[in-house]
Amino acid sequence: MSIDSAQPAPTGALGWVDKRFPIMRVWSEHFADYYAPKNMGFWSFFGSLAMVVLVLQIVTGIWLAMAYKPSATEAFASVEYIMRDVNWGWLIRYMHSTGASFFFILVYLHMFRGLMWGSYKQPRELLWIIGVIIYLAMMATAFFGYLLPWGQMSYWGAQVIVNLFAAVPGIGPDLSVWVRGDYVISDVTLNRFFAFHFLIPFVLAALVFLHIVALHRVGSTNPDGIEIKAKKDENGIPLDGIPFHPYYTVKDMVGLVVFLAIFSAVVFYAPDFGGLFLEPPNFQPADPLVTPAHIAPVWYFTPYYAMLRAVPPIGGSQFPGVLVMFGAIAIMFLLPWLDRSGVRSMRYKGNLSKGFLAAFAVSFVVLAYLGLQPASELATLMAQIFTVIYFSFFLLMPIYTKLEKTKPVPERVTS
Amino acid sequence: MRSAIIATSLLIAFLAAPLSAFASSGGPELQEANIDLKDKASLQRGAKYFANYCMGCHSLQYMRYNRMAADLDIPEDELTENLIFGDAKPGDLMTVAMRSDDGLNWFGKVVPDLTLVTRWRSPDWVYTYLKTFYVDDTRPYGVNNLIFDKVGMPHALINLQGIQAPVYAESHAAEGAAPHVIGVELIEPGQLTVEEYDTMVRDLTNFLTYVGEPYKLERRSLGLYVLLFLGLLFILTYYLKKEYWKDVH
Repeated sequence: MSIDSAQPAPTGALGWVDKRFPIMRVWSEHFADYYAPKNMGFWSFFGSLAMVVLVLQIVTGIWLAMAYKPSATEAFASVEYIMRDVNWGWLIRYMHSTGASFFFILVYLHMFRGLMWGSYKQPRELLWIIGVIIYLAMMATAFFGYLLPWGQMSYWGAQVIVNLFAAVPGIGPDLSVWVRGDYVISDVTLNRFFAFHFLIPFVLAALVFLHIVALHRVGSTNPDGIEIKAKKDENGIPLDGIPFHPYYTVKDMVGLVVFLAIFSAVVFYAPDFGGLFLEPPNFQPADPLVTPAHIAPVWYFTPYYAMLRAVPPIGGSQFPGVLVMFGAIAIMFLLPWLDRSGVRSMRYKGNLSKGFLAAFAVSFVVLAYLGLQPASELATLMAQIFTVIYFSFFLLMPIYTKLEKTKPVPERVTS
Repeated sequence: MRSAIIATSLLIAFLAAPLSAFASSGGPELQEANIDLKDKASLQRGAKYFANYCMGCHSLQYMRYNRMAADLDIPEDELTENLIFGDAKPGDLMTVAMRSDDGLNWFGKVVPDLTLVTRWRSPDWVYTYLKTFYVDDTRPYGVNNLIFDKVGMPHALINLQGIQAPVYAESHAAEGAAPHVIGVELIEPGQLTVEEYDTMVRDLTNFLTYVGEPYKLERRSLGLYVLLFLGLLFILTYYLKKEYWKDVH
């Protein structure tokens, strides 16, 4: 079904626009005539939901910025001002703070889906890499944003993370001063963090655009990991494909409503989420003279924090731990070339792959838990074990994907 | 459906595992405050007690007098006569005249603002704290606290509660180590009975919990409408999806 034959040229206002901007072509290429596999089930919801949350974060964030004051003396009070004196300020703020956690929940599920379906494999390497860059940009945004309420955990969390730069051999101390703009986290740091927290989400939006451009170039994959473009009918339409609009637009609407219900339940009934989404120490204003007994980052960073603490200092330097922590994220870039399996989806991979993926998911959750706990000998030992499991999922992948026997992949998608 | 179950259980495991971390943190157990934010009379009494016994030193610097009056059904003349001291106006924030330097000189630390105390501690913590002061001659004000060791604050309600003595653990500690306090007992009754004092402290905790999040009841009731709306929308979108997808095989 080619575009020109299917639809008459639009007239009127739409026609005027279409002569100057390819609005009909964009609509048709990315919605009406974009063919997606018909068997993308439950796991396909999270990408589009994450996009909705990005928009939600940008919109609520801009409204928060209208009353927030990025100043060490006023920031904490301005947040309480938003919560109490700004009309619906509490709702906007809780949506933003809850949205941050849900953004990560959705993206983690989205990434896990990618691992199950083998969505990173040829020809989707670039799509996956753009995705990892999106994840990095998200983490940067969340890190900068977490300082803004200027509570105790904001302050000391930022202190701990920025001090990681001080572990870089040679230039470390100067580098950390350069990042902070001061010898301690201060008003200057808060101002620049606010600037970055405002800027990066728009970079993130641009990256999401690139992610979708890349996706629509190669096409969506599915739980079977089959290329639907390989089997087409006489009109060139994939036999197992259905137009994104209206099928997936109406389906994603259902997913969106369910998601919004879960999201609203947290916003309206448990915005602190038991101290996970809003940590109790952050209801105390930042005090540079009083270090909290136990400093832990927000839950979505804690797997990496646990890895950082798991690596013992070498020669008095924390740098190896820092390397391991950043390595845990950097290694994701290599994933498309680590997987040597002949099949894409976990459905047709062998038990080794399945076992390693399960171990990887468990290690991520356990590390997240350990990162929230005060350091103890047992916790450190467990963190070391699970850090090894985390890395072995990636590093041993070329071996176990080559070694195992895969199941035959069907010609057409299964439902 | 199977994958939905996997995802849900993953999510629950991921979110619930760390939650248990906050359940047990050691130390003496907190007593349950059993507060009720809908109990306006309790909140009004709590506001009165706070103004009379606490606001000499502790501010509620993010809370406004008139917001409190409106939420707690306190008439304006009563507000200005009984709850506002000094020349503050009803629209002002509930600050105190004490300077932070004074706090440092008198108590060894800046007196904390209490607007958010129930959020970084907890209502149960505040309730237990107010009930567990005990005599300790080694402290500057002659009192210590079961859940806040070496507290700088004097027991502001001691005339009402009476004097409590520490209860020590059967000592297994090394010779010369300070005995471990595990509880308190009343040794000299105050002006209130134990039940009256508990009620007073509960009112104060209730009030401080309200102050920590004045919109909490509004948040919950609005949430119900939002969820009902989404429930309706779910039915519509679900059948819309079903209608479209019935020709996909």
